[in-house]
Amino acid sequence: MGEERRYSRSHEWVIREGDSARVGVSEFAVEQLGDVVYLELPAVGKQLNRGDVIGDIESVKAVSQLYAPISGEVIAVNEELEAHPELVNEDPLGKGWIVVLQPVDLGDIDTLMFKADYDRFAAEEQA
Amino acid sequence: MSYLSHTDAERRRMLQAIGVDRLEDLYEDVPQGLRLSGLDVPAGLSEVEVLRLMQSKAAENLDLETRPSFLGGGAYFGYVPAAVGAITGRAEFYTSYTPYQPEVSQGTLQVIYEFQSMICLLTGLDVANASLYDGATAVAEAASMALNATGRNRVLVPDTLSPEYRRVLSTYAEGIGYDVDVGPIVEGGQLDVTEEHAAVIVQNPDFLGSVVAMEKLATLAHSHGALFIAVVDPISLGILKPPGEYGADIAVGEGQNLGGWLSYGGPYLGFIASTPNLQRRLPGRIAGATVDDRGNPAYVLTLQTREQHIRRERATSNICTNEALVALGATVYMALLGKEGLREVAEHALQKAHYAADRMGAVPGFGVATPSPFFREFALRCPVPAEEVNRFLLSRDILGGLDLSRIYPDNASLRDCLLLGMTEMTTRNDIDACVSALTDMVAARSTTREPAGVGGRA
Repeated sequence: MGEERRYSRSHEWVIREGDSARVGVSEFAVEQLGDVVYLELPAVGKQLNRGDVIGDIESVKAVSQLYAPISGEVIAVNEELEAHPELVNEDPLGKGWIVVLQPVDLGDIDTLMFKADYDRFAAEEQA
Repeated sequence: MSYLSHTDAERRRMLQAIGVDRLEDLYEDVPQGLRLSGLDVPAGLSEVEVLRLMQSKAAENLDLETRPSFLGGGAYFGYVPAAVGAITGRAEFYTSYTPYQPEVSQGTLQVIYEFQSMICLLTGLDVANASLYDGATAVAEAASMALNATGRNRVLVPDTLSPEYRRVLSTYAEGIGYDVDVGPIVEGGQLDVTEEHAAVIVQNPDFLGSVVAMEKLATLAHSHGALFIAVVDPISLGILKPPGEYGADIAVGEGQNLGGWLSYGGPYLGFIASTPNLQRRLPGRIAGATVDDRGNPAYVLTLQTREQHIRRERATSNICTNEALVALGATVYMALLGKEGLREVAEHALQKAHYAADRMGAVPGFGVATPSPFFREFALRCPVPAEEVNRFLLSRDILGGLDLSRIYPDNASLRDCLLLGMTEMTTRNDIDACVSALTDMVAARSTTREPAGVGGRA
């Protein structure tokens, strides 16, 4: 079950890939943001606690912060986004990924929401 | 509605409304001893009397138009072309308040865009903002950018960064919570940079006038992951290599001498430019060029909302203003002079400083303390306290230099030194007059103090 995409209340998704976890922004959040024009991402090696700021995501409408959905070390950053921030809009669950974390505890992923729960959560938040 | 101040009847009504009998009752908590019992103000004067009074007061000022001055240290008496005043004085520019709505302020926005473009050309960097308060705050803003970009918490500055800039930097550091390390540039152009430093901030020419080997210091800073911030005299860039060519990440400086008056110290003009990767950390306003719905050129403020309206307390800087009118003056000045004119102004300063150093340094007892190469300023070592030299020069109607013992009280090598600055306004006569005065001062000292046996030197 670990390989199913999970979602945080701060609108990031997490998917387990072996011992690591890939993190991105939810489709809902991307839709709310509009065209993404810039991302400020952390350096590889940065230790994050759940809830820490990963970086900033800037759209034509607003600058928002990205939060770590689980605790872990940043082991990869999507450098493609520097030149092509639009990937976040075009393919938020794929090429628009943000970072890969080495989780402190892989079990943290299981505490996050399944898609159906997240969709309900997002719909309520929007209402 | 009347804009006259309150009538007695209105006052009475207001007092009645709040249930107080007399105005004085509102002040009853102020101790009797602190209350003013009448002002000692003379009777009114007629307009012409006021004019004469003010003229007589103004005549007591020592102005730079009528006597030589060698004061510098960050503010310079340069020529301000008449066009600067004529254009900045136009009501469209002079009286408009926050004219940044693109629908109605294309003129102002275009001026800012031109100013930024000129600062980019001058510094050899890619992005400049709409200006900052002055050179000192520009240094502090650049430091904030570096702290934010590197995630580090210290900056390193040599003691040859303007002492005033260092003080402003320390004030910012105290508020934001970072450390400012001050260390000398030692032999061979080395500085004690570590991996903890967010930036190395170097002034060129430095406070004592010397041209610094910037490229070496930039490489040194970068090898420790620190940004390199150049603090430059914009006029010097008429002949010196621009910061973008020696690896500076950020260039800042004081733009007062780009067609600005001395004005008793302000308003002045800070400028800041950076490499493209730091553009989102540039403080304040940036005007950008675009096209409107008909394809015509149009200008708008860009990146501003990000910092001030959205990031708010998380912003690198919350500076919300610029020096639009002074920046306009600088834009007019740079447009008038062009590359060639700027080079000539810089050459005037350079040549006069070197002529002055040769002549003044040759007066017996005097010597030049600033190592070559220097640009427009140099430290002159005097045989007596610098303050005494200044007093003597003043008696000859000459405004001397900056007394460096006040600025570097602990630096023995700068004791009895004056910092003397030149601009294109300094004439050969000014310098020669100063040389004669210094020579006379030395001669007067030797005749009054050295006659044999009459209280001469032991």
